[in-house]
Amino acid sequence: MSTPSQDVWVRVEHAAGTVAPQTYELLGKGRDLARELGGRLVAVLLGHHVAALTQTLGAADVVLCVDDERLGSFTPDAHARTIQALMEEAIPRLLLCGATSAGTDLAALLAGLVSVPMVVNVRGIQVDGTRVLATSQLCGGKLLCETELGESAILTVLAGAFPAEAGIVRRVPPVETMAPPKAIEQTRAQVLRLIEPSGEDVDITRVPILVAVGRGIQRKENLPLVEDLAALLGGAVCASRPVIDQGWLPLSRQVGKSGMIVKPSLYLALGISGAPEHLEGMRNAEMIVAVNTDAGAPIFNVAHYGIVGDMFEVIPALVAHLTRRKAA
Amino acid sequence: MLSALPRPWQREFNPCIQCGICGGSCPLGHAMDSTPRRIIHLAREGLLDEVLRSTTLWLCVSCYTCSARCPSGLKITDLLFPALRDAAMTAGLQPPAEVKKALDSTYRYGNPFGEGPRKRLEWTKGAGVPVPVISQLRRPVEVLWIVECYPAYHPRNQRQAQAMARLLTALGVDFAILGPEERCVGDCERLAGEQGLFDSLVEYTTSLLNRYEYGEIVTGDPHAMNSLRRIYPGAGRRPPVRHYVEFLADRLDALRPVLRGRIPARVTYHDNCTLGRAWGIYDQPRALLRAIPGLTLVEMPFARESALCCGGGGAGMWLDTMIWQTAHERLSDRRIAHALAAGADILAVSCPFETSRFEDALKSTGNEGRLVVRDILELLDESLTARSEVQA
Amino acid sequence: MKIAVLLTMVPDLVEELEIDASGTALDAQWLRYVISESDDHALEQALLLKDRHGASVTALALDYGDVEQTLFTALAKGADAAVKITPMPEGGPRRREAAAVFAEILRRQSADLVLTGVQAINDLDGHLPGLLGGLLDLPYVGVTRSVEVAAAGGVIVQKEYPGGVVAEISVPLPAVIGVISAPQPPRYVPVARIREVMKTRSISAEAAPELGAQPAPAIRRMFKPEPAGQATMLSGGTEQAAQELAAILDSRGLLR
Repeated sequence: MSTPSQDVWVRVEHAAGTVAPQTYELLGKGRDLARELGGRLVAVLLGHHVAALTQTLGAADVVLCVDDERLGSFTPDAHARTIQALMEEAIPRLLLCGATSAGTDLAALLAGLVSVPMVVNVRGIQVDGTRVLATSQLCGGKLLCETELGESAILTVLAGAFPAEAGIVRRVPPVETMAPPKAIEQTRAQVLRLIEPSGEDVDITRVPILVAVGRGIQRKENLPLVEDLAALLGGAVCASRPVIDQGWLPLSRQVGKSGMIVKPSLYLALGISGAPEHLEGMRNAEMIVAVNTDAGAPIFNVAHYGIVGDMFEVIPALVAHLTRRKAA
Repeated sequence: MLSALPRPWQREFNPCIQCGICGGSCPLGHAMDSTPRRIIHLAREGLLDEVLRSTTLWLCVSCYTCSARCPSGLKITDLLFPALRDAAMTAGLQPPAEVKKALDSTYRYGNPFGEGPRKRLEWTKGAGVPVPVISQLRRPVEVLWIVECYPAYHPRNQRQAQAMARLLTALGVDFAILGPEERCVGDCERLAGEQGLFDSLVEYTTSLLNRYEYGEIVTGDPHAMNSLRRIYPGAGRRPPVRHYVEFLADRLDALRPVLRGRIPARVTYHDNCTLGRAWGIYDQPRALLRAIPGLTLVEMPFARESALCCGGGGAGMWLDTMIWQTAHERLSDRRIAHALAAGADILAVSCPFETSRFEDALKSTGNEGRLVVRDILELLDESLTARSEVQA
Repeated sequence: MKIAVLLTMVPDLVEELEIDASGTALDAQWLRYVISESDDHALEQALLLKDRHGASVTALALDYGDVEQTLFTALAKGADAAVKITPMPEGGPRRREAAAVFAEILRRQSADLVLTGVQAINDLDGHLPGLLGGLLDLPYVGVTRSVEVAAAGGVIVQKEYPGGVVAEISVPLPAVIGVISAPQPPRYVPVARIREVMKTRSISAEAAPELGAQPAPAIRRMFKPEPAGQATMLSGGTEQAAQELAAILDSRGLLR
């Protein structure tokens, strides 16, 4: 393999003809890093019939594109070995991947193939002279670890670590097309089909944003208000036991000692007092926001942010402000 | 799959005359595939497959009603259901998820919450009086207080442990606790059918208790008393084990003068299963309540031997989802109606499980504010510190 | 089918985590170890394949952090054999080195399928199964919620994506699979059975290979984030609080 450059590579994650929002976070940060390191920002785009996506990657100095039928459906083998082949030509200083289902698979497999150091769950990257330091999150956020990266490193980055706006640039970048390597001709894993969710049963342990209701919801008829808020945030509705016991939501939505243990990025607790049995199910959420009329409700002891107020007043106000921000 | 219970159990249940009193008395008998009577019948006939796979197995809350009434004196609560649960789990059948989690946590951390052992001392910080740990005292004590898991870890029950510390101090009792060394006594785990786990807890606690010198053991947890007193081997040869209602009732003469505050309220007492049906302790809690100035004691329907379980006994604390899904009711909802019927302002309890269960029941039945739930310790403490919160 | 299940011991978060004097590692004094949660699922997945297809299951673990208890539990649940790889540094090696060790051990065996949890809570310099796929040059798929035997040979896995989307992927054997969850929760095994196994079965030991330095970034600092403390109360009335909250959510990248 050749000697490493100072280039920053960003692996483009995409599905159904759309680039994943996190890719723009990585491109934005990648641009800054590339400038500081004196290298180029390279967007690495693998897939099939992906030409149309290149024009959304204007933040990159160049797009490295490998377009092949065998890269159409994601498998770690095909994609990692393709990037391995790209790295035969040039090794980047940094390869940034999203810490996603596809990203973590690809990054770990690639790191094993090319024997390049890897750092996972990164939420901060700094250039300090010629050194590059990465800050990773461990143990569900209870620990942070700063590592110094050597001449090349593969990073998986947590969503929300960097602002996406910096990665959205209206420009058509130059595209370098590479042929797929011989390695992917060998049959390995093959995607048979994609199964979409039925829409009936949501696995709330996998949803990153949860809007939770407790007794404060009072009546089943009040649920649509909460469901609208959840939809706006792209999350799901869940509940504490009493709501489930009433039959207003299915058992699959129960959070707590007798239900699911969840660790979402955001847990919005509305009208939930915070009984220990419920806290057990959600206390490790990354960000907990609680709304309750009772200033002494135990939920405020574990929440990061709290509003003492009537949820039926707070929700409409919140929806209005969120809608305004999303439109902007 | 086992085709029959091991020999000793079959012999144990030969005296059953199939009268059906157990099934008729069981508070959840109507929701079971097979009542206890039928289960004994099937077990004797060697038809265990049906029994081990039935929902009945995981509906028993160990309330001792069947055992208390059985004319043949069969130990249905203490032997039959735990043995069947043990057999089911050994055969690879999975208990309800909540039960699994509680058993896993107890095995690993010594408590069903899965909390760290060091956190057993957290509650002592808010007690307002020193709470000595016996390993640090390095001398014999009059009373070794086994706090148990709920009073140590559950926020609602920590207040009760703190109240008990203040009461013992006010009475000049020389006491100490085990602290982080303490592990669950295991009564509920035993009733849940985990005999192996219970055996390992017995080994541990027996060896721990043998390291210290103390006059007697006092506990606020009826279940701990249950196992320590009767099931732990050598129980008869060791210092006595009593529940706080027994201990404090013995000291009423010393207690009355320090109960300065009036609690002018109508109070009804719920007889919990273990102190009540299992041990016949009905008078002492009432005597304690009557000692509080201004307090009027009223009886609710189904008192004493006929009290309806709150649903928490034995493994009941870990069977809420199972019972709700199968029976579509909560025993605590049924029982709170009795307390309300008595026209009480306060429902007094003496088992840690009950406070939260009955407070929840008030909310889910839409009766919040109509009465409050207090452990006897909390009422005594309120009177002790002349800090009554409840008016008639 | 011969299945190798790799079990990793990770810090038990029930205890408070403290940083040691060097500032680059956890203080071992209060550290307790527990099996990585997704490894527990990997073991369950292996046992399900054994139940249904008669596969043989060997549990392997690096020897640190009271691993014997974990390996005996695996035997009690139904694993056919348990192996500890020894000696190991206290607290175990870093993940990249662990991958190299397991890779070397697996080269000595002939497993058709290697199952292990796709991630562990203290992963820093890599994720075990992906690294193994690369080191062993084997097919690899991770984040699976089920592994089934394919009629035509190999396995069919279900890989989870966000939003409940699942990809069904056929994988030829031998292969490495990174499990996130088994089709059913890890089975309960009564304590009596674990104690019985501790008396009647044994864990075999494999010598840890001598390996050179593995590529991994240097740890400069390990630290705890700013404590959350009490909730920051958003006051000033419903309107203002809602506005503030919307701003906070936006700044955290939660509005997509």
